[in-house]
Amino acid sequence: MDHAIQAEGLVKRFGKTTALDGVSLSVRTGTVLGLLGPNGAGKTTAVRIFATLLRPDDGHASVGGYDVGRQAHQVRQLVGLTGQYAAVDEMLTGTENLLLIGRLLGMPRPAAKQRARELMSDFDLAGAADRAAKTYSGGMRRRLDLAASLVGRPSMLFLDEPTTGLDPRARNELWALIRGLVAGGVTVLLTTQYLDEADALADEITVIDHGRVIAAGTPDELKAKTGSQKLVVRPEDESHLPVVTSVVAELTETTPEVDGARVTAPVTDPAVLPAVVRRLDDAGVLVTELTLRGASLNEVFLSLTGRPVEDETDSESEGRPA
Amino acid sequence: MSTVTATRPTPAELSPHVGVGEGIRQTMTLAWRTIVQVRHNPWELGDFSIQPIMFVLLFTYVFGGAIAGSTGEYLTFALPGIIVMNMLFITMYVGTGLNIDLTKGVFDRLRSLPIARWAPMAGRIIADQVKQAWSIFLLLVIGFILGFRIGTDVWSLLAAVGLMLVFALAFSWVSVLVGVLAKDPEKVQLFGFTALFPVTFVSNVFVPTNTMPSWLQPIVEANPVTILSDACRALMVGDDTAGTQWHVASATTPAIQSMIWAAAIAAVFAPLSVWALRRKV
Repeated sequence: MDHAIQAEGLVKRFGKTTALDGVSLSVRTGTVLGLLGPNGAGKTTAVRIFATLLRPDDGHASVGGYDVGRQAHQVRQLVGLTGQYAAVDEMLTGTENLLLIGRLLGMPRPAAKQRARELMSDFDLAGAADRAAKTYSGGMRRRLDLAASLVGRPSMLFLDEPTTGLDPRARNELWALIRGLVAGGVTVLLTTQYLDEADALADEITVIDHGRVIAAGTPDELKAKTGSQKLVVRPEDESHLPVVTSVVAELTETTPEVDGARVTAPVTDPAVLPAVVRRLDDAGVLVTELTLRGASLNEVFLSLTGRPVEDETDSESEGRPA
Repeated sequence: MSTVTATRPTPAELSPHVGVGEGIRQTMTLAWRTIVQVRHNPWELGDFSIQPIMFVLLFTYVFGGAIAGSTGEYLTFALPGIIVMNMLFITMYVGTGLNIDLTKGVFDRLRSLPIARWAPMAGRIIADQVKQAWSIFLLLVIGFILGFRIGTDVWSLLAAVGLMLVFALAFSWVSVLVGVLAKDPEKVQLFGFTALFPVTFVSNVFVPTNTMPSWLQPIVEANPVTILSDACRALMVGDDTAGTQWHVASATTPAIQSMIWAAAIAAVFAPLSVWALRRKV
């Protein structure tokens, strides 16, 4: 099977809001697709359709060759879902949460216990195994949630904004876990608001906005298209701004933005940075700031759509229980 | 990591549906989960154990003498009704638990698993029945210690318990609907308080109907809480109430009426709840 997850022209409306407006995407077996977009873009709605929690109003979606509508039960046997809200039973201990899922999947009690212990220790939760999940930190809850979706060893995993709200350390830990899963052969559909997350984890990225796919490709292709990094130069003396601007314009082949005393421009080739340093040095310009930073999602959006990201939380919140 | 991350080889043919036996097993697993929650959360146990005991004690010793002349006699009349009232309050846990699952995303996780669609709901309701049985047992024991005596036989007592459990099963659907519609678990509890208090108090649980104003009496008599309490009193106490305003000659009529009420409540609220849940998820 070439494509583990496929969708054709998915449409989903909630009342007057169109959450998905003809989304098509596909994930090759054993790879990670990053579904990237701002809040309200329709990411969660798409994942809920793949996970058989929502029925599309139009279009088809299939997982492992099974139709998510007509063959929902087969699809559920193949997938694991980790949602945005760390769906764990807070009253139960970590181990009991995993035991519950194992038993529901038809494992005999000893096997379910064994599996729960295994996951708790591999997800660094063994020390908190017998504590109620409500005492867990945010990062621990997400790890438990991810572990819960892996109890049945699914071959496909849906991760809906798995790191939103986590601190950088917890995020890195979760990334490492996800990489380990992918190395084990799991096919992953990952939604995220963060370009760096998609960049770090995904083989391919589909960018959606207002329920439509606005770009798709490998991270490198997208970066080439959008100018993935931003060069920022601030001369010590503001009278040097015109010189800096012309140097940056020449080397990046763009029209730099001048924002106060800073000059910024999108950069696709990292070799630009040393070149800028040399040229400014030659020109005798002293700088107080010279940085190359990753483009924010906002900048990618700006370059893909010509407008900044609008935060529309409410259009997607209808897609899940309030 | 390798043991954890290795995926299970996909069988050539996946089963297209859940068998009934599997569904029942899943239901029992989910019922187990609800019972384990209580174990980790002793205040909930206190809620459906200590609160009813307080009701029994308060009403028997504070109001009992004034209402029935003596606390011992009052207990005989009031205990069956207090058990009925408590049963209605406990059904609210079905809605609270469901609401927590919906707001925390646990409900979605369960729905994404290859389990019977009805298992999560059935599991909750079965767990609720266990809680109900426990509370009825507890109140009967407390009543016994305070001097309550079964005036009939063990079969009538079991019939009364069965009647209450069936009514609880039907009334759980009201709780499910509230659980689905409420924004948060506290609202479910609030509903339980504000709606169930008048319904249970405008009945003959605590005082006989004919002591109330005449305009209120038809309402009290039509109240299913009154009808079910009458049935339970007749089944538990029997002729011991003879000569009192609570006396019911035969349990048959109120028992049948209770069953009709239960059927009607389930017929209205079960489809309504399922519809509301479908709309929500």
